[in-house]
Amino acid sequence: MAITMSMAAADRVKSFLEARGHGVGVRLAVKTTGCSGMAYVLEFVNEIETDDSVFENQGVKVIVDAKSLLYLDGTELDYGREGLNEGFKFNNPNVKDTCGCGESFSI
Amino acid sequence: MALLQITEPGQSTTPHQHRLSVGIDLGTTHSLVATIRSGIADILPDSDGQCLLPSVVRYSKEAGIEVGDLAKAKAAVDPLNTIASVKRLMGRGLADVSHTANHLPYQFVDADVGMPRINTELGQVSPVEVSAEILKVLRDRAQEALGGELSGVVITVPAYFDDAQRQATRDAARLAGLSVLRLLNEPTAAAVAYGLEKGDEGIHVIYDLGGGTFDVSILQLNKGVFEVLATAGDSALGGDDMDQVIAEWLIEQAGLANKLEHKLLRTLIEQARSAKELLTLRSEVEIKIEYEQISWRGVLTREVFEGLVMALVQRTLLPCRRALKDASITLDEIKAVVMVGGATRVPLVRNTVGTFFECQPLVDLDPDKVVALGAARQADQLVGNNNSAAGLLLLDVTPLSLGIATMGGLVEKIIPRNTPIPVAKAQEFTTFKDGQTAMQLHAVQGERELVDDCRSLAQFVLHGIPAMVAGAAKIKVSFQVDADGLLSVSAEELSSGVQSRVQVKPSYGLTDDEITAMLRDSMAHAADDVASRLLKEQQMDAERLLESVQAALAMDGERLLEAREKELILQAMHNLSDNMTGDDHLHIKKLIATLNEVSTTFAARRMDSSMQAALKGHRVDEIDL
Repeated sequence: MAITMSMAAADRVKSFLEARGHGVGVRLAVKTTGCSGMAYVLEFVNEIETDDSVFENQGVKVIVDAKSLLYLDGTELDYGREGLNEGFKFNNPNVKDTCGCGESFSI
Repeated sequence: MALLQITEPGQSTTPHQHRLSVGIDLGTTHSLVATIRSGIADILPDSDGQCLLPSVVRYSKEAGIEVGDLAKAKAAVDPLNTIASVKRLMGRGLADVSHTANHLPYQFVDADVGMPRINTELGQVSPVEVSAEILKVLRDRAQEALGGELSGVVITVPAYFDDAQRQATRDAARLAGLSVLRLLNEPTAAAVAYGLEKGDEGIHVIYDLGGGTFDVSILQLNKGVFEVLATAGDSALGGDDMDQVIAEWLIEQAGLANKLEHKLLRTLIEQARSAKELLTLRSEVEIKIEYEQISWRGVLTREVFEGLVMALVQRTLLPCRRALKDASITLDEIKAVVMVGGATRVPLVRNTVGTFFECQPLVDLDPDKVVALGAARQADQLVGNNNSAAGLLLLDVTPLSLGIATMGGLVEKIIPRNTPIPVAKAQEFTTFKDGQTAMQLHAVQGERELVDDCRSLAQFVLHGIPAMVAGAAKIKVSFQVDADGLLSVSAEELSSGVQSRVQVKPSYGLTDDEITAMLRDSMAHAADDVASRLLKEQQMDAERLLESVQAALAMDGERLLEAREKELILQAMHNLSDNMTGDDHLHIKKLIATLNEVSTTFAARRMDSSMQAALKGHRVDEIDL
């Protein structure tokens, strides 16, 4: 089981963490909601919990809880730009369908 | 797929429920819009990567309404229809602006309401409408960049703006379809950008040297409230004046005094500006002038440059001294000095300010952007995206004292300036003549002692006071300022209970009818846009749905569907795809719903089957989603 991160994403996470001043890494998770069943969660992490798995990419810790890992295994976190908008993208091989806006998905 | 931002732990939002907010620095020479992404304040640039939008609007028959660089480029050739520095006219009556208006090329029309209007090729426009055009461009930029409707905005205004000027700014935002969470004082926004509200309580100085104006504000942080202790400035002093003296030096050095024409002068000022900017990092800069037969080459050292602009920089210290005196504070009380405005990049300015206040000024944030960044932070907190303990809400304060005119044209202050709002205060007055049965009440705003020197807000009369000897009647006058900064005044005679009240509308703002009319106008034009947008949205939805059902059928159609079910789905798909190019969005919506309905069972079966696949090899207690 593994979660990876692109160069661009790692750079951004690093600089956001620095600007924030504290935190050990970034949490990737899924929660049940949204129009297609599940939605991604992307949060700063202050403390690693006991059932968390930690993946280190380019010096940045990606933290995923056991439940979410089932849905996220093999995901690459990327950072990109679409027109004027920019932000993080989940390239998740488990996803079969996303809703129109792409904010939620189902597997 | 949608682009995500990192949130604070436990604060991630449900899809489609992000609260988008921005901070807007609506400036005299240029405007900016900023937002918070993954916890960091960031300016939103336009599609060319430009952060600054020149605050210039042109109204012309040939090109309609142009805003920003396009309008600015035409300012020289079409001065009558190109409106710059409109901020100076906001919330002002024609009488107020007449001394400025003489220098402005616009044709003013004296309207009944007292608000000046400007004649353009596209008809009369008010300063509020001009500002709204600037805000609309920033709104569109923000909505494109953030991918959704804005929940609310924070707009910054100078600390010295009075009620009328603030109301005019709110009106402009309303006209641009923005919901204003709060108007924030520019110096306060700069302090917030540096996070000073989280630091020690105490005195902070904001030194703001822009292109054409200089402002200095003394703020006191006290229990999470920034109070403006004093402001001072010079409305005709800024970085442009530095360019002017360098250009004059160039004219002298290159012997161009008798060759001056508009175009050459413009070129020289451009060169002066770029020399000034280069000298921020370099110790000398080479300047070449090639103009018709003239060819000149020389070197401007930082030393010479500093000699040229020294007098200008020294001139900023005078208002600084005045502000310190007004606030009655001493230098050792100052906790921090924040630099705002592009001209504060000049090393001489930084050094002079540092020496004067005996304090190293804060220069880490881009001085052009710092106000917008602070506004974005405040907006983010106000829409509720950042509820962490670190997120302290700033309170609004009354910018100027509110009071009532008394006998002899004097002002009795009822709510002093810098009082956090909402607030209500009352004071008792009495009659001054025997048998007096009515009393004229005149609410004013300002710091001066005489009514004539303050701004008149509203007048009303309290009738029905029982006839008594002078001084016997007790009349309670209450001032109430709500969270939006709107004032209502009421008066009550205590023995008889007669009452009278008035809701203050700023004298130079727009009436509600005017605003409604303007909004109706803009809606009339918007109706077509909305219709085509609704259609577009339904067409996109239809396309998306067709694609995903198609893909699902190809993958699992044979496995999970009976022939009859599949036929139903295919039929709904045909129906939708045949009709989606039409222009009736409601019809398309209905067909989308139909397709959704007939494919629900299919989707449920696919979900079951993929869940079973995902569950294989895992214990049940691992998956209690």
